[in-house]
Amino acid sequence: MLITAMEKLIMTSKKTIQLSHGGGGKEMDQLIHDLFFKAFDNPILTSQEDAAKLNMCGHIAFTTDSFTVSPLFFAGGDIGKLAIAGTVNDLAMMAAQPEYLSCSFIIEEGFPLDDLTTIVNSMAAELHKSGARIVCGDTKVVPKGCADGLFINTSGVGRILHPDISVRNLQVGDAIIVSRDIGCHGAAILMARDGLTLESELRSDCDTLWPIIEQLLVANIDIHAMRDATRGGLSAVLNEWAKASNIGIDVEEASIPICDEVKGLCELFGFEPFDLANEGTFIMALPMDLAEGAIEVMQRYGHCEHAAIIGHVTERHPGKVVLQTPWGSSRYLDLPQGELLPRIC
Amino acid sequence: MISLNDFYQGFRDPQTIRHLAQLIAQQAAKTTEQINIMEVCGGHTHTIMKYGLLQLLPDNIHFIHGPGCPVCVMPKERIDHAATLASQADTILVTLGDMIRVPGSMGSLAQFRANGCDIRPIYDPLDTLKIAQDNPDKTVIFFAIGFETSTPMTAALLAQAEALKIDNILFHINHVLVPPAIDAVMSDSRSKVNAFIGPAHVSVISGAQIYQSTVDQYKTPVVVSGFEPVDVMESILRITRQKVAGKAELDNQYSRSVSYEGNIAAQQLVDKYFMVRDSFRWRGLGPIAKSALTLRPEYHHRDAERIYAKVLPTTEIDDHKACMCGDILRGLANPKDCKVFGRGCSPQTPLGSCMVSSEGACNAYYRYGEVNHDI
Repeated sequence: MLITAMEKLIMTSKKTIQLSHGGGGKEMDQLIHDLFFKAFDNPILTSQEDAAKLNMCGHIAFTTDSFTVSPLFFAGGDIGKLAIAGTVNDLAMMAAQPEYLSCSFIIEEGFPLDDLTTIVNSMAAELHKSGARIVCGDTKVVPKGCADGLFINTSGVGRILHPDISVRNLQVGDAIIVSRDIGCHGAAILMARDGLTLESELRSDCDTLWPIIEQLLVANIDIHAMRDATRGGLSAVLNEWAKASNIGIDVEEASIPICDEVKGLCELFGFEPFDLANEGTFIMALPMDLAEGAIEVMQRYGHCEHAAIIGHVTERHPGKVVLQTPWGSSRYLDLPQGELLPRIC
Repeated sequence: MISLNDFYQGFRDPQTIRHLAQLIAQQAAKTTEQINIMEVCGGHTHTIMKYGLLQLLPDNIHFIHGPGCPVCVMPKERIDHAATLASQADTILVTLGDMIRVPGSMGSLAQFRANGCDIRPIYDPLDTLKIAQDNPDKTVIFFAIGFETSTPMTAALLAQAEALKIDNILFHINHVLVPPAIDAVMSDSRSKVNAFIGPAHVSVISGAQIYQSTVDQYKTPVVVSGFEPVDVMESILRITRQKVAGKAELDNQYSRSVSYEGNIAAQQLVDKYFMVRDSFRWRGLGPIAKSALTLRPEYHHRDAERIYAKVLPTTEIDDHKACMCGDILRGLANPKDCKVFGRGCSPQTPLGSCMVSSEGACNAYYRYGEVNHDI
């Protein structure tokens, strides 16, 4: 039978993941070799042992994260980029060099193969930024309706280069630095969701932070605490720090970088930019006299044009974060609560 | 095209806010009267607390936080209505965001959704049309809440549903009215309120005219205000000037959006589909005569409250005895006077109306606090 080029194209473009791709047989083997091994190629992965053999010494950081974002593709990234950047960033925040990652896919039957390929390639591209490698993995396919398209879990390990960074290590007088304008990921996802139809240039900040952190460590800057402001945003990080270190944090609202689009979205829907998620933005605490130097490093080597000192650690109001308004009043910056839902009037 | 930053630019200018605070202090120094301003709308409560405006005001200006939060004023038995409707077979319950997390006596809609009910929060009521068209074999019930602001959107949905003959959309109407709530507060002889900040969005629809009777009857200034901190500060200044001059007038600070007559087309649309109920029970305030709307008889075929009357609970459920929301809404108590505030009652486990939504007074006090008083 003659198959025209167009028909072939239609057939390939409609290829989807079947239950057999997770069955442990030929189809699964093909998927692993043609897609995963090709994208993530390295000798530890392709040796196909039951477990990856790693050669590590010293203190190791170990982290895991599952990714379920909806929609899977959004302005500035996709679930694959997120799954790599998220785990690599968790290691980076402990001053650990991201080295080895595991990767598990839970795929809903009928998921387009093209989409999976795009996502896997985007994971491979993101891995290049830190030099981390995927050394083991797993693929499960679940019947239609049992998952929302695709879920990814990644775990990662890395050698700790600066051992004292901790949520319990904030000290009175420390400066609080944010690496860029906040809230872009949360805002971009909200805009992409059904029901919130808005046109905007806004892109998620989703990115691998290791290159910047590496520069800060090379510059030998005495960092007390670092955390990427993911779910719960800036508010969650600062509140966790205040409680864990039993100190207070004063933040100057006017110093917090927030782009116009994020501000506008928050106005429209009644959100606080401080509560919105980020995926490539980190908060850092370090002695005040080192803060300007750290910002210079971040701006020079890390494209952190909007990095800013936003506040300081105080012995007053331990366990609480206080936001100072530009007109001289103040209020608590509390943890975000409940689902992020639009306000109604 | 409207740019997103048009929504706030200029209305949060620090110098303007500081200057307004100075002018308010100068005016307030000219009178010994205690000025007790009720901001009727929860949106203003939110602004006052979020921007720390109380800290900028002189000692003789106080705020009493009014009942204008549509989610907060819903009595538990009506939240139970929503949960009951959502639990019916082949039913999709559609409602506006905040309603999802408010607990009724059987749990919140979020819990019912987690247990398998099809409950969808929406931002635009007209989205209900698509949900109904996509699910022709299901009954889609729009659980309508809100003050005068949101009623025209419900009316527009009903108009579309009728015009397009989409018969699987029903309505459960909980639209409430601002003026009767003001009367309920002022009719209490213990009320200390002697000035009002009028709601912003409600007034865009209804016009500043709806507060004329408040001014005439209770001899209190009413200043309709925008929601930004500069708006609220300017409205406080205007109230203070009236107090110093011994006046009680209707004033409109939010003239960039509000006229005296309001949006007449929206009012006509509402009037076509809705009529005033004899009575509606408000959480915290109790039954208030002619304080809410219901569908006109021509649209009873769309009225879920009638169609499901047999299964909807009717027993009135009061809040916890220790809860002081009724007194807080009348201006007789402050959230911090309440024994359960921040202890048994918090935004995660609200005991009373003022804690349930971000626009409620207790919720705003809990979330933003009055920092200067504590440290």
